[in-house]
Amino acid sequence: MSNFNSADIAAFKDVWVFCEQREGKLMPTDFELISKGRDLANELGVNLCGLLLGGEGIEATAKELGGYGADKVYVCESPMLSVYNTDAYAKVICDVIEELKPEAFLIGATNIGRDLAPRCAARLHTGLCADCTHLDIDVANYIQFLREASTLDVDGQKWDMEDRNLKMTRPAFGGHLMATIICPRFRPCMATVRPGVMKKNPFDQAKADACVIEKPAFTLTNADVKTEVTEVVKAAKKLVDLIGADFIVSVGRGISKDVEGGIKLAEELAAELGGVVGGSRATIDSGWLSADHQVGQTGKTVHPKVYVALGISGAIQHKAGMQDSECIIAVNKNDTAPIFEIADYGICGDLFKVTPLLTEAIRAAKAAK
Amino acid sequence: MKIIVSIKQVPDTSGKVAVNPDGTLNRASMQTITNPDDMNALEAALKMKDATGCKVVVVTMGPPPAAGMLREALAMGADEAVLVSAREFGGSDTYATSQILAAAVNRIGVEADDIVMCGRQAIDGDTAQVGPQMAEKLHLPQITYAADITKDGNTVTVKRMLEDGYMTIKTNTPCLITCIKELNEPRYMSVSGVFEAYGKPLVTFGYDDLKDDPLIDATTIGLKGSPTNIFKSFTPPQKGAGMMLEGADKATCEKLAGILAAKHII
Repeated sequence: MSNFNSADIAAFKDVWVFCEQREGKLMPTDFELISKGRDLANELGVNLCGLLLGGEGIEATAKELGGYGADKVYVCESPMLSVYNTDAYAKVICDVIEELKPEAFLIGATNIGRDLAPRCAARLHTGLCADCTHLDIDVANYIQFLREASTLDVDGQKWDMEDRNLKMTRPAFGGHLMATIICPRFRPCMATVRPGVMKKNPFDQAKADACVIEKPAFTLTNADVKTEVTEVVKAAKKLVDLIGADFIVSVGRGISKDVEGGIKLAEELAAELGGVVGGSRATIDSGWLSADHQVGQTGKTVHPKVYVALGISGAIQHKAGMQDSECIIAVNKNDTAPIFEIADYGICGDLFKVTPLLTEAIRAAKAAK
Repeated sequence: MKIIVSIKQVPDTSGKVAVNPDGTLNRASMQTITNPDDMNALEAALKMKDATGCKVVVVTMGPPPAAGMLREALAMGADEAVLVSAREFGGSDTYATSQILAAAVNRIGVEADDIVMCGRQAIDGDTAQVGPQMAEKLHLPQITYAADITKDGNTVTVKRMLEDGYMTIKTNTPCLITCIKELNEPRYMSVSGVFEAYGKPLVTFGYDDLKDDPLIDATTIGLKGSPTNIFKSFTPPQKGAGMMLEGADKATCEKLAGILAAKHII
């Protein structure tokens, strides 16, 4: 096992995406990663393949992945794979990878993906980059990305335009720095990819119909599995869907003098906009909002049409999760709050006074249309 | 029975973060703290010690000043501390780090009744990779995102959080668990704990102490042995400031709503 990667890296082909399912249903992240994987496979001139593990019958869901760009889906079915289990999944995935040798392997950075990917990378003796927000093969594309997303002097640097390594970019130090990671000596090059960041392709039924399903051989016995999942419990409360929302009204420490009142005002504005309520890390750490509301480096990355920041100072941790919103509106008492540096529209004032006025003004403006 | 807790000293990214002109982090100007999730791992271990009298060993890889953090862990109640530190280990990515830490854990020794605990992820890199990679290198079952841990004999039962709920997972010791902040509220150092900390063993494992472990190989540790390399690092540009509206009254809000309507944003 340890010298698995002593093989010639040129023997590794194709881009693979791990397609996570829960309760037999594909995850939204799968379609995002298949869509991005399609671009990478095109740049490399190779196939894009999904890898789908699940219980008996999971094959029926596989063709849908073709509709977003997969040429082929490898399906591994077993009753032992119906519910995610680190040992069982790592065993099957590593065996199939050693047999079929993909060049790049993308995994959604969900709580499950981030459990699975490092276990597999350690077994396969290859590199893994965590929670990526941008991926490139072509150097020209990467340079263009740097022009838009960095302060680097890209023209003052030497570039090897033939470089075919997967360039995996991710935030570090709470978003203060960005790093692009490569894995030049080992394959597959592995990355977990942050949910909600990659854009999903439009679904194409003809491509779904043309998608090839293959069932690679694998062995999996009870001896391979040292952990037992005794129950899977869904949260009773419906979780807020920040990633899918077009309008987000987030609150921060500024609501501290009246937490319930502040959240209520945010909910009213969100309801008027047809959106949802989010929060900064402070509001989650203080227990004012549940963790599913958190926007930021350690929460969710969002890019809604409108992001309203109420009483959020704009720590870089928070900005990392929302600065790509199409329109940012900030309300803060402190006119030097960093949030104003990235806001499209800023109002310096008390959120408890401004928010209801804004809700009313938006209601009136919509009615007047 | 003992619990080995892997902890890390990190720059406090929640405070002021200084970036050098070349885009690297100015670590010298920043406060360091024990990584928050690691504090939850340590607290979980100390709770088990309170209940069973088991031994708690903390281990970290880092430069010599990380010994200060280990003393704090001893003052909180850990029994022994190990600093893994050598020039050869510098520049390691998560894969190489997990090999070195696994070798250190091997040297401490994992017995049938033992648990290895880590924080879920460190706030400097946010990778959440070293725990599972260590588990693989140690051939231990792993349970990540632990929000509740109970141990009954050799059976460990963990509430493992998902984005939309949780799983209950059972395994046997020895095993590795990564901990999240929902697990507990870390305790403070006590005054007597601070005094006692200086009488407790704190040893350093250098390269020579670990080099005979099959995991330690010049081709798999340090900067040169790491499978991943940094290709570029950079700072994101500041998005240009937009329009600061005058006032904060009804007219201000009406003006903003008017702009949004005119731009078909609402």
